[in-house]
Amino acid sequence: MNVNEVPQDPRDLKHDGKIRKLMYAVGKDGKYTGVNSEGWEAENYALEQAWDDIEKTLELTEAQVRKGEVSPIAYFMQKTLMDTALLASYAGKWQWQVKRHFKPGVFKKLSQATLSMYARIFNITVDELTTFGKDKQQGFR
Amino acid sequence: MNNSEFIHHQHAHCESGVSSNLLGHEGIHISEPMAFGIGAGLFFGHLPFLKVNGTPGTTYRIWPGAIFKRVAQRLGVTIHTERFSDQDKAMKALDDILATGKPVGILGSVFYLPYLPEAFRFHFNAHNFVAYGKEDGNYLISDPIMEEASRIAPEDLVKSRFAKGTPQPKGFMYYVTGTSKDVDMAKAIEKGIKQMCYFMLAPPLPWFGNNGITLLANKIKGYPEKLGARKAGLYLGNVIRMQEEIGTGGAGFRYLYAAFLQEAGQLLKRDDLLRYSEELTKIGDGWRNFAYRAARIMKDRTSDLVSYDELSDLLKVCGKEEKELFTTLQKLKW
Repeated sequence: MNVNEVPQDPRDLKHDGKIRKLMYAVGKDGKYTGVNSEGWEAENYALEQAWDDIEKTLELTEAQVRKGEVSPIAYFMQKTLMDTALLASYAGKWQWQVKRHFKPGVFKKLSQATLSMYARIFNITVDELTTFGKDKQQGFR
Repeated sequence: MNNSEFIHHQHAHCESGVSSNLLGHEGIHISEPMAFGIGAGLFFGHLPFLKVNGTPGTTYRIWPGAIFKRVAQRLGVTIHTERFSDQDKAMKALDDILATGKPVGILGSVFYLPYLPEAFRFHFNAHNFVAYGKEDGNYLISDPIMEEASRIAPEDLVKSRFAKGTPQPKGFMYYVTGTSKDVDMAKAIEKGIKQMCYFMLAPPLPWFGNNGITLLANKIKGYPEKLGARKAGLYLGNVIRMQEEIGTGGAGFRYLYAAFLQEAGQLLKRDDLLRYSEELTKIGDGWRNFAYRAARIMKDRTSDLVSYDELSDLLKVCGKEEKELFTTLQKLKW
C-alpha cells in the first residue's frame, strides 16, 4: 500500500467517536512511514453490520420482554454485548442458572442481592433492571 | 533509570506500540515495526470450535504479553510481569509502581475503556496500554492506537483489568526494571525473524500458523451452504473486524512486518531483507483486497457460491505466498 492509497473514508456510525488510526504505508522514496487514516469503507461496513445485527436482536428481545416471554436480564445481557457464557462468568454462576433467570417467573422471585449483582454487571440500577419493559401507563393488568 | 515525563506516541498496534513507548522511556529507542519484528508478533490461528460471541475465533497475533517479553529479552532489558487474583491488590500494586514515576504496561478489555469510540468497544480482552501517572484520582493513559494521551477513572480501569471471558487479563501488568548497555541489534533481529518463521510454519496442527490461513480459506468456501446468507455475512464481518479493527491483523500486520524487514535491512545493510520487505508489502495488498472483497459480498448480500469461492481463493493465495516467503526467511544465513 502506498501513502496515497491509505484509505480516508470517514465513518458515519451513530456509535462513533473520533479516532484516526495509524497505518504503515510506502512513501514515494520506497520507505515505510506512518500515516493517519480516517477510516476504511470495508471496515466501516463490517462495523456497521455488526451494530445493525446487535440492534435488530435488541429490538426483538425488547418486544419479548414486553410480552412477558423473557426477563430483562436477557435484554441487558445483549445490550452489554455479552453471551450467556460471558454473563455466567461475570455472575459467578453456571450457564443453566443464568438461563433460568431469563424466565420471567424465575426473575420475579430473584433476591435483592442477585438483582443488584446483575445491575452491577450491566452498569444500571436495580430499578432500571426490574422496571424495564413495563409501560407505566399500562402497568396494571 | 529515567524519571522524566512519559511521552505518548501513536502506533498501529497495541502491544508493539506499548513496547516501543515503554522502552523509549528507558532510553532504548526502537520503532514500533522493530518491536513487532524482534518480538515476533506475527501469528495466525483460526479455531472454528472456539466461538467468541457466536462466531469462530480468529487471531492474527501471538498471545498477549509475548511481544513485550521477547523484545525485552532480546535487548537485554529486565522486566517484571505480574498477574493478580485480587482486584484491590492489583490496583495497589499499580499505584505503588506509578508513585515511583515508572510507566506500567497494562492488559485489559476494550469494552471498559470509555475514551475509545463506542463502535469499537466489544469484549476484546487482549488490548494493551500504558498507565503513566495519576491526576485528580484518574489514571493518565497512553493508548497506542489513540492520537493523544487519555484518562480513565479507577472504576473503569478495574473493570477493564479484570474483565471475564477469553483470555482473562487477570490484572496483568508489566514494567521495565533494568536495561543493559550493550545491545546486539543484529542478533535480536535474527532471533525475532527465526521465531516468527517457526511459529508460522512449524505447528503440525491445522489451526495454527500458516495452516490456519488455509483452514479459514476452506471454511469460507463452505459458509453460504452451511450457514445461510445472513450468518455467512456475519461470520465474514467478524473475520474483517478481527483483521482490520483494534486487532489490526490482516494487511496491517503484513505492512508492519514489511516495515520491520525494511528497517532491519537498512540497519544491517542487507539488500535481501529489503527485497523481502517489498514482497511482503505485495502480500499485504493481497490481504487488503481480500478484506475489501469480503465487505463487498456482505454489502451486496450475495450468498452465491461463486463469490465465496473467489474469496476463499484470494485468501489461499495470501497463505501460499506467505508460506514461500517465510520458508525463504527461515533459511537466511546470518
